[in-house]
Amino acid sequence: MTILQEHAPNPAADDAGRPIGYGRLQRKEDPRFVRGRGHYVDDITLPGMLHGAILRSPVAHARLVSIDTSAALAHPGVVAVITGADLLGLGLAWAPTLSADVQAVLVTDKVRFQGQEVAFVVAEDRYAARDALELIEVDYDVLPPLVDARKALDPDAPVVRDEMEGRTDNHIFDWEAGNKAETDAVFAAADVVVSQEIVYPRSHPAPMETCGAVADFDAVTGKLTLYETSQAPHAHRTLFAMVAGIPEHKIRIVSPDIGGGFGNKVGIYPGYILAVVGSIVTGKPVKWMEDRSENLMSTSFARDYIMQGEIAATKDGKILAVRTSVLADHGAFNATAQPTKYPAGFFHIFTGSYDLQAAHCSVTGVYTNKAPGGVAYACSFRVTEAVYLIERLVDILAAKLEVDPAELRLKNLIKPEQFPYPNKTGWEYDSGNYERALRLSMSMAGYDDLRREQRAKRDRGELMGIGISFFTETVGAGPRKHMDIVGLGMNDGAELRVHPTGKAVVRISVQSQGQGHETTFAQIVAEEIGIPPEDIDVVHGDTDQTPFGLGTYGSRSTPVSGAAVALVARKVREKARFIAAAMLETRPEDLEWEKGRWFVKGDPSVGKTIAEIAMGAYGTVALPEGIDGNLDAEVTYDPPNLTFPFGAYICVVDVDPGTGHVAVRRFVAVDDCGTRINPMIIEGQVHGGLTDGVGMALMQFIEFDESGNNLGGSFMDYLIPTAMEVPDWETGYTVTPSPHHPIGAKGIGESATVGSPPAIVNAVVDALSPFGITHMDMPCTPARVWAAIQGRPRPPI
Amino acid sequence: MQIPAPFEYARADTVDDAIALLSRHGPEARIIAGGHSLLPMMKLRLARPEWLIDINDLYELDFVLRDGDRLRIGALTRHTTLLESAEIAALFPIVGDAERVIADPIVRNRGTIGGSLCQADPAEDLATVCDVLGAEAIVRGPSGERMLTMTEFHRGAYETAVAPDELLCEVRIPIRPRSGSAYEKVERRVGDWAVAAAGAALSFAEDGTIAVASVGLTAVGLDGTVGAVTELLRGERPGEPLFIEAGRLAALAADPVADQRGPIDYKRHLADELTRRVLRRASDRAAQSAGATGHPTTPQEG
Repeated sequence: MTILQEHAPNPAADDAGRPIGYGRLQRKEDPRFVRGRGHYVDDITLPGMLHGAILRSPVAHARLVSIDTSAALAHPGVVAVITGADLLGLGLAWAPTLSADVQAVLVTDKVRFQGQEVAFVVAEDRYAARDALELIEVDYDVLPPLVDARKALDPDAPVVRDEMEGRTDNHIFDWEAGNKAETDAVFAAADVVVSQEIVYPRSHPAPMETCGAVADFDAVTGKLTLYETSQAPHAHRTLFAMVAGIPEHKIRIVSPDIGGGFGNKVGIYPGYILAVVGSIVTGKPVKWMEDRSENLMSTSFARDYIMQGEIAATKDGKILAVRTSVLADHGAFNATAQPTKYPAGFFHIFTGSYDLQAAHCSVTGVYTNKAPGGVAYACSFRVTEAVYLIERLVDILAAKLEVDPAELRLKNLIKPEQFPYPNKTGWEYDSGNYERALRLSMSMAGYDDLRREQRAKRDRGELMGIGISFFTETVGAGPRKHMDIVGLGMNDGAELRVHPTGKAVVRISVQSQGQGHETTFAQIVAEEIGIPPEDIDVVHGDTDQTPFGLGTYGSRSTPVSGAAVALVARKVREKARFIAAAMLETRPEDLEWEKGRWFVKGDPSVGKTIAEIAMGAYGTVALPEGIDGNLDAEVTYDPPNLTFPFGAYICVVDVDPGTGHVAVRRFVAVDDCGTRINPMIIEGQVHGGLTDGVGMALMQFIEFDESGNNLGGSFMDYLIPTAMEVPDWETGYTVTPSPHHPIGAKGIGESATVGSPPAIVNAVVDALSPFGITHMDMPCTPARVWAAIQGRPRPPI
Repeated sequence: MQIPAPFEYARADTVDDAIALLSRHGPEARIIAGGHSLLPMMKLRLARPEWLIDINDLYELDFVLRDGDRLRIGALTRHTTLLESAEIAALFPIVGDAERVIADPIVRNRGTIGGSLCQADPAEDLATVCDVLGAEAIVRGPSGERMLTMTEFHRGAYETAVAPDELLCEVRIPIRPRSGSAYEKVERRVGDWAVAAAGAALSFAEDGTIAVASVGLTAVGLDGTVGAVTELLRGERPGEPLFIEAGRLAALAADPVADQRGPIDYKRHLADELTRRVLRRASDRAAQSAGATGHPTTPQEG
């Protein structure tokens, strides 16, 4: 690995050389995972617990004529069968989504996508529940489905949401950003304009653990305890209070260990609500765990953007402006998780990493007869689509101008001195040194040698491609003045308690799905107050034990909760100063901090460690006015701005011209996420995201047939890349701290998922350029690559 | 967790016991060996056997044995064993080619050759391998043992000539001198079912002409081998023009359907492309085999 900038050696390390603060540190949570001692929702068993199973619609669009549940109810072991009609009586048939829409919990009037929830069986074991599903008789009156988003706004299109009063079409929203008139004027005067329809097809996050819940409603106390696979337990608690009418102080949400989320576990699914209803109805705890097909067919999908993009430049390669109009397929219910004001998420960042004169985008969202959802799969609220659009367009422009795509990017990247950089859609990029990152990736890849090798191979008829992507992410949502989700500000709390013996507990609102929060957040506290990470327990995932916050998604944990934790630790450190002063009988301003202790200025031998101060705080030291007897603090952090991680990725592929098979030979990823807390965790995040990118670019696609049948409903059809499809990742980094973040950290969770698909597709297209190809849509399967070589590239949808 | 429909389970001690269990429980009983095809289908409730007869204790069916001019392979032989057998690698390199691209190590550790053949999935690689090698299947039932050619064994997608009360026990492959074989598959991802695949086996006569040739295709709607290619190659000397023509004939013989793995024209193209590739490799291997045994495959100048 090439290291451009390394942290100064940590002066405070323990005897084993482990950092007390930032640095490489094995994850504290891993011993329980590698020993099989993790505790997931499906591991939870409560006394008397019943099991639920959901009957799902086999068709995409149909009137519900009748349901007969009598045979299912008579099945041995079945305790209850709940239908949409039952929920109507309880006022729970429809639940609000995260996008100011509603979603059917169980079908009452008509089915709107294949796999939609129709009935819920509760039984004494999961086998009886599953078997009873087959005994429910449902009569469907099948309707023509709306599958093709391009036809959603046709006057004769089937209306998916005809239950909404006065609705006669499938239009959800129109949204725009940037200045249209200004952009059109720049385009009109430009030397060169290239246009391309670019499709980001529907994909699915497919976490290893599917979604599920155990609901336990205590009729005596009125308290609901809900164990669920949730990336946002606090937001879920508030929403459950709103939906179910249970007072919020009587709801406890517990997210235990979570086996991957990637955005799939942000929303509230009908299954969670049904488990709660099942528990209320039966008086017993009810577990519901979906199977793999249910997860792939009914839970939050990702992408599904049809983007018409255009880029304008001078003839010598100065990029002037970008514009795009997007058709967004949101499925049957608008359940996209995004800040309220931004129906297309943070798609604004399609302006990319380039210094533009103008930019404009418009996005139209439509309903179709497909599963709802929309931003999942580590996309940072549509940044994935935005980055893919701009990075494909830049490559198409390079082909048109016949210049090297790296040279074109170097010429147009925003310069370090232009930061903070106001982009043309209203965001302010916090910091960056883009050219340094791109040059580092080129040097790691041996870019010039690769181009030479490519020329030699082309002469022999071999197809080798080199693809670059330079991305700017926008994460860390977000400032309360700009954003909220269903009215909840996107701020995070943190609470730190240092016990009398100097061990600490930090309580955070964000829930880990594998990101290593128990290590990272302990390291942040360690860095600030100088006690070892092993001595700091990170408590998360239980709303009864943690302060409020909006959850883990959009790479927001470190930018938002990480800041909260740093600030709460500083608050404790400052409090410790006053207590230390009392203990040393001196004034606070006469003390100086070194990691782990306050000492008297000019006399370093006289001081108190955090552990000594903690004992003092809880002991009998006479405390100064206004300082109470503990070493605790709490804060809620409101980020002043988003953070803007960035990176430069280079991918090398070999394409078999006879079969169209693509092999990713090399991948160089240079990331800049600002301050690096635990490089080992960062690299893990990057490796995972790059692998996701290979999946999306080469094999993943939730496809539908004309009847609206989901063709990606199992891992036989929806492919997850394996170690065989990925190269040895070559990672590097630069460090450009965020100026507005307390520790300068920007977030890393989704950078690689965002940045890698365009690098891979750019490489495939580059390999195919001898055939005159300048674009092909994902996924670049062998069949689709071969068709492109034959001159028949076709969009996937 | 995907949950299959209810079923009963019995574990056979011997081949006779397995056959008795099959006879007793009727046509809705299914043999389970590795289970990597049957169990997923049961979990999706596409297969709903009333009984599973487990034959994993029948160690007498787990063997690879050279017996004169044929190789005998027990039906319970795991994919891993086939892949790791030096004898098979030397005699039938096509088996290693195919096994390397069958699923993944976890599946190969459990899955068996008998299960692969009896599942009769149209995308089953070992069916093509056995076809081109001219294998025979030994099947036993209540009334004794019978031997089937692969042509007799196959009955189309998911069907075989094995009766509900019969058990596939063994596969026998003829060993020919001066032979070579090869297999190549295109897949969307390692472990995925084939988009298309082709296998070829060639044996040279002492004069270097092709004595026996067969080409089989996987997942493109062709049962058995491509008769026209066998006819074309017999008696000819190997060479690129011949292989190109063979590829053309194989593509004509293919009858693929469009699915998520690709459209018809692409799969037909692959039948052509892969046929040429496996013929080249099989021919090279046959030439090496002939060279090693002192039989030149190219005519001597003179």
